[in-house]
Amino acid sequence: MSGERKLAGKLVLPGEPVDDEVQAEKPFVVEEGGVKRATVIGLVRESEGGKKSFVRLKGVYVPKPGDIVIGLISGVGVMNWFVDINSPYTAVLNVQDFLGRPYNPAYDDMSLLLRIGDYVKAKVVAFERTRNPLLTVQDKGLGRITGGVVVEISPTKVPRVIGRKRSMISMIEEKTGCKLFVAVNGRVHVECPNRDLEVVAVMAIKYIEREAHTSGLTERVMRLIEEEKSIREVR
Amino acid sequence: MVVKRPEGLVLVSPEGLRHDGRRPEDLRPVKMEVGVFKNADGSALVEYGKTRVVAAVYGPREPLQRFPLLPDKATLRVRYHMAPFSTEERKSPAPSRREVELSKVIREALEPIVLSEEYPRTVIDIFLEVLQADGGTRTAAVTAASLALADAGVPIRALVGGVAVGKVDGVLVVDIDETEDMYGEADMPVAAAPDIGLITLLQLNGVLSREEFNRALDMALTAITRIVELEKRTLRSGYVEAGGEE
Repeated sequence: MSGERKLAGKLVLPGEPVDDEVQAEKPFVVEEGGVKRATVIGLVRESEGGKKSFVRLKGVYVPKPGDIVIGLISGVGVMNWFVDINSPYTAVLNVQDFLGRPYNPAYDDMSLLLRIGDYVKAKVVAFERTRNPLLTVQDKGLGRITGGVVVEISPTKVPRVIGRKRSMISMIEEKTGCKLFVAVNGRVHVECPNRDLEVVAVMAIKYIEREAHTSGLTERVMRLIEEEKSIREVR
Repeated sequence: MVVKRPEGLVLVSPEGLRHDGRRPEDLRPVKMEVGVFKNADGSALVEYGKTRVVAAVYGPREPLQRFPLLPDKATLRVRYHMAPFSTEERKSPAPSRREVELSKVIREALEPIVLSEEYPRTVIDIFLEVLQADGGTRTAAVTAASLALADAGVPIRALVGGVAVGKVDGVLVVDIDETEDMYGEADMPVAAAPDIGLITLLQLNGVLSREEFNRALDMALTAITRIVELEKRTLRSGYVEAGGEE
């Protein structure tokens, strides 16, 4: 693909100083001896309002209470499931929470509710350093994912897939007719009218992941979608 | 242990040049590359002349067994290993006493820079494989590990680099190779993070006077500054190449 490819900000490496006015999350920029330094590879990006923020380019997802995540059921306990949320910490989902009522093993069968390999959309209720994250599905739109595909990307690339004021995601939805849900842990749920469009949408997401550090991305993704759609002869 | 020097081997010539033509303060040609393994979260290849080391970082992640976990910080697990084909005579692939010790030494050189308290109850695995050994493998390994950690996105206070200074025929020389190590009088591996002014590894094998030690340390730190600059250029090039100029 041709076109303008520039870094979407100033590249900062671990140990390099970061200006005081740059907004950043705690472990990715730390202050030591009066100097703020980056601890991971990241970009200092300037928003339209002139505010500068530090965006990391690499790293793992650490859950925060309130995050909506897409989890993969990886194990079954006596009264709970163990959920892989693409993080160093395995999450726990209780059966009572999934059912929304007390669980009675006499007539409830956990294996009929969720199986290993199922994807669930869930909210992180609690997480702190001493215990693994606890999930809930008792909210609107949460629960087992029954259709579409789940694409996995690096959690640090999530803001780019969403775009400023959801610009990227609404563009992809409009161009492909798919419904996208981007979870903060780097999993994207894609539901499309047909298989061809699904392939195109997944391609676009993977392209964004690869090119997340460059600017003018929306333009290029739009062109990619148009090209792929014409190759596949889908409208 | 004194090894008899082969006849005709001149380590420092009357003009002050070393056996491979370098001046005392010169490094060997240094080559670095990041992202060499697809499966690892971060990886790097570092070459100091003929010494060649690859590093792969996995994590922070949940380990298969829970015993190494610490309640307040991530556990760093470092495995330094020499490939059987890395030396002139085949090296047994089983971890030797030396490799176990070097794994610990390298781990302790990295622990001060990794923000391990951000990821309690996880492990960060660092695998260091020496593909070709020609002296200075531990320092090349520290450099490779630092690059791989940055590539993996593990928060680190600063990049570290390593280099060994030796004393050969009474002359202090930077980045000694196998021959100089074998027939020289002293060998002092140093690792440091110049950005934050921190020395994380300092060993000395042999005898140096107080003045020599100070001079050797200065030489090492100057060389490390250059190595860390190279590390930064390597990390930067991956993005700048893909993204045009800044």
